[in-house]
Amino acid sequence: MSTIEIFLIPIGLFMVAGAILALYQKSLIAAIVTAGVVSLVASVIYIILAAPDVAMTEAAIGSALTTVVFLYALSRIRKQGGSEND
Amino acid sequence: MIKRLLILVAIALFGLMLLPLLTDLGPFKQLTPLATRYAEGGTGELGAANLVTAVVVTYRGLDTLGEVTVLFAATAGVGFLLRKSSRQKDEERGAADSEEAGSAGGQAGRSPFSEILSTGSVALFPLILMFGAYIFIHGHLTPGGGFQGGVVIASGFALLLAANSARRLSHGVLQLVESLSGAVYVALGVLGLVLAAGFLDTTFLPLGKLGQLFSAGAIPIIYSFVGLKVGSELTNILESLRK
Repeated sequence: MSTIEIFLIPIGLFMVAGAILALYQKSLIAAIVTAGVVSLVASVIYIILAAPDVAMTEAAIGSALTTVVFLYALSRIRKQGGSEND
Repeated sequence: MIKRLLILVAIALFGLMLLPLLTDLGPFKQLTPLATRYAEGGTGELGAANLVTAVVVTYRGLDTLGEVTVLFAATAGVGFLLRKSSRQKDEERGAADSEEAGSAGGQAGRSPFSEILSTGSVALFPLILMFGAYIFIHGHLTPGGGFQGGVVIASGFALLLAANSARRLSHGVLQLVESLSGAVYVALGVLGLVLAAGFLDTTFLPLGKLGQLFSAGAIPIIYSFVGLKVGSELTNILESLRK
């Protein structure tokens, strides 16, 4: 096993665990944030694999912008659900 | 129970399908002929210190144009789905007016925004914007480029919108920046067709010295317009999602 693999395998397992955790999260906001953390860990893996361009894209789009867009979408859904109940 | 079993079987089969990929996985000892061609041409022919940018903007320029088009279609779809009818707008305006009147009377209106967030966003927003512009202007020298820089700019606008939800961004300005930079991108590609070897060929401008800001032909110009386009598109999505 090479040095890179020693780092990569635990990080990859952490990613899988985070993804499963995001599925079983009771609160939707917590699930969105957990999914963002999975993306962030993926970008760390890209840096270890010497792909900084991909890592930047993953960190900016996967963990920052997607999280924000999901949160906005969630708040819209809640707002619409509230107006239907009125 | 049977449903869960079927799901497990499907996952196992999928894993079996991907297994050959894992066993074949190993460090590449040498570059493939195409990669060798790119690695030599990227710095030699195109003068780009960042090889990834040379491939993305020039060798695979058509794919990048396709990506930008896909992003444009996504933005157009979001704008179409979330558009407001004029009746909804009127209702909203009426509600906002009455809300303003209410908050003027007593402090019954919306809770004020966090002081720390609004002050911090004022201090951070220009820095984030500058960092985004730095990323796409230096796309041919350092990691990153138009897409990454554009997303960083959009995240700066996301911070601004989160800090002050009363602030509105003009869709007109965003669309103008977006369509203008898209048109300039295609025009630069056509310029390559006329002045150099083919569509999206970036060597029609002088290559300059490797590693300088003004080098690599038209790559920094094209990537700057891609950055502006991506940034304004994503900001447009955020702005239309917000209300």
